[in-house]
Amino acid sequence: MTATATRPERITRNGGRRLVDLVARVRELGILAALAALFGVTGAVNPSFLTYGSLRDILLNTAIVAMLAVGQTLVVITRNVDLSVSSVVGLSAFGGALVLADNPGVPIPLVIAGCVALGAACGAVNGLLVGAAKVPALVATLGTLYAFRGIDYAVAGGRQVNAADMPDGFLSLGTRSVLGVPLLALVALAVLLVVGWMLRNLRSGRELYAIGSNPEAAVLAGIQVRRRIMAAFVANGALAGLAGVMWAARFGTVDATVATGKELDVIAAVVVGGVAIFGGSGTVYGAALGALLLASITSALAVLRVDALAQTAINGALLIAAIVLDRLLALRVAAALRRRRFHDDN
Amino acid sequence: MEDTPVLALSGVSKAFGAVRAVRDVSLELYAGEVHALAGENGAGKSTLVKILSGVHRPDTGQILLDGAPVEFAGPADAQQAGVAVIYQEPTLFPDLSVTENIFMGRQPRARLGIDRRAMRASAAELFTRLGVQLDPDQPARGLSIADQQLVEIAKALSRQARVLIMDEPTAALSGKEVARLFGVAKALREQGCALLFISHRLEEMFELCQRVTTLRDGAFVASDMIADITPDDLVRRMVGRELDALFPKQETTAGEVALSVRRLTREGVFTDVSFEVRRGEIVALAGLVGAGRSEVARAVFGIDRWDAGSVEVDGKRLRPASPTAAMAAGLALVPEDRRQQGLVMDLSIERNIGLAGLAALHRGPLISRLAERQRAKDWAVRLQLKFARLTDPVNVLSGGNQQKVVLAKWLARKPSVIIVDEPTRGIDVGTKAEVHRLLSELAGTGVAVLMISSELPEVLGMADRVLVMHEGRLVAEIDRADATEESVMAAATGRTAA
Repeated sequence: MTATATRPERITRNGGRRLVDLVARVRELGILAALAALFGVTGAVNPSFLTYGSLRDILLNTAIVAMLAVGQTLVVITRNVDLSVSSVVGLSAFGGALVLADNPGVPIPLVIAGCVALGAACGAVNGLLVGAAKVPALVATLGTLYAFRGIDYAVAGGRQVNAADMPDGFLSLGTRSVLGVPLLALVALAVLLVVGWMLRNLRSGRELYAIGSNPEAAVLAGIQVRRRIMAAFVANGALAGLAGVMWAARFGTVDATVATGKELDVIAAVVVGGVAIFGGSGTVYGAALGALLLASITSALAVLRVDALAQTAINGALLIAAIVLDRLLALRVAAALRRRRFHDDN
Repeated sequence: MEDTPVLALSGVSKAFGAVRAVRDVSLELYAGEVHALAGENGAGKSTLVKILSGVHRPDTGQILLDGAPVEFAGPADAQQAGVAVIYQEPTLFPDLSVTENIFMGRQPRARLGIDRRAMRASAAELFTRLGVQLDPDQPARGLSIADQQLVEIAKALSRQARVLIMDEPTAALSGKEVARLFGVAKALREQGCALLFISHRLEEMFELCQRVTTLRDGAFVASDMIADITPDDLVRRMVGRELDALFPKQETTAGEVALSVRRLTREGVFTDVSFEVRRGEIVALAGLVGAGRSEVARAVFGIDRWDAGSVEVDGKRLRPASPTAAMAAGLALVPEDRRQQGLVMDLSIERNIGLAGLAALHRGPLISRLAERQRAKDWAVRLQLKFARLTDPVNVLSGGNQQKVVLAKWLARKPSVIIVDEPTRGIDVGTKAEVHRLLSELAGTGVAVLMISSELPEVLGMADRVLVMHEGRLVAEIDRADATEESVMAAATGRTAA
């Protein structure tokens, strides 16, 4: 009885469908809009926010968290999470600094490679716990969050490595700029582009999405689920290791408490960036933009002379707002898809 | 046809804990032949499919590929050997596009990474070959069951499988879609593919298949050429006894209207659903998976909200979206998923039975353990529950006995309307008949019973009236006298304009 209505509708509906698809696919647009608004408003109130120095600071503050957010995205996409990243950063930063301080002639690239390997090893521990031993990621990485930090404390034994102990060639990595852009930001950008390309264009990248989208179906599709989850954790660990060296180069003074609590900033960036916390969707570009947005908000609040104590609360409120917005959007898209399916069938 | 089978099982057994899902089953799939696998729910068909597809490994017995024994360590091995499976429940990735779903793990590659253009073109070509209009870029989320099934078929086609296993592919398809699927299946058969086909519809088996293997309670019963047997033979093999003895519905006279649902709508889920259930009546709600039956039940019981319409129990209008109000008004809901929604699996039998009526067990501010036990004992006897101790957790009980515990929980509240969703799913044949007897007795005592069921024999045997849903709408109401497999299926697949 409703069959006759089908044909004409199929044609006219296309415009609406495109819009729904666009919003469903390009969540990053929302963050870009938020960034534009933030810079516009803050810049209008206090033009010093838009000066070269201020923007450079924001990029520097973003670089490390953005890199961690890129790594975290790999894990979150598979419906897992890695809380231990901050401890890996701490371990890598202190380990790297210690080696540089105690062995003056050591080649810097070797130290960086060593830190990346150390991070990858930490990631492998997480990967084994989650992938092979089937410990829920939340619990496993909460455990390693403490364990890695504990190792860090034990190695440090209360010691602190100062900038003066490290070679200048190393420290300049944290301050140098190329064509006016901080080197660290360029490194983060390179990582972002490479990982983003891999996630989109490699089979293994697409399989990470498949695993998070429907784990059982991923098994049935013949995907090596365990191996892929393992790889995601190792890659995330390696990036955390790299972030650790960057931290040491940037701040110069390193002790065993480096980056404590940073994992929450990272996860916040990932979530604000539109990566679904239950896996299956989201991009590293979104996560990196999320990191940029959070760092920009922090800077903006400082420029706007908002009480430093209130900043954390404001960050929290913005995070919740981002998630609520995301949820509303998802609901709208779901409803639109449902309605569309209904129209198709009737 | 006496050459070597492409894929065969020989003496395969598989147990899950104490449950022996499949015992000593042999099966031979030949090139250019469609082989039917027949058996009731719980006969072990799906387990067998999962053994063939490498999901489960057999405890004993062998898998033979071209006559040589092989071991499938996982689904990837089976796929490598040319085995493609269309599962009963579509196994898609909701966040990914239709194209990606088809080619996941086997994406065409260019020099650098995945060749997206080639992949998309192949998907479009597959859809053309299948004669369907699907946008290769749209996400799998939101597709109808039939469309999801088509994506699964496209996936299997793209694998150029030598063996195609279809586990109830037609369960959710309309007549036209079934015809299209059969066209594809026959074409594959002509090309020398070996097919295994599972369906509950006998006429489909007789139309499509050349050979049939029957399972009952996990055991191999027989393997015949279709041409040599009749549908009645097949049913006897599946059930092991005559069908009529299974569903004892007592004659009752329908009383007053107990449940009245008017123009109930939940946007995008179901639309304009109206019906009544009288005291003493068993009304079946039939339809295909995904037609919106359970969703109506959930809304009536107040779990989900509705957008329009009303629900009345014994003439009193229900507050929407409140299970508490629904229960107070005398509604009970035995959900489809017993383990997740019907029971607290780790709690004891007596605790579970007491759960829905804790108020009646209070003595002062505390719950009386004595009263709880007394109630449990009482109902265990009345429902002939088989158990060791009332303090045993319900997860040690068999599926049928678990279902009795759920029923006891609700019956202890003396409901005036009880909604049962797939009351005998996954229950062995003997206990099934007991559940049917219970429902029938309940109706006899003046309870209004609304039964959602996907099993046609159950619907036809038990119901005084059959309501049929199709794609979120109530499309037919059929009296017991007029209800046949054909009339119900026709309505359920949208073939009639009711």
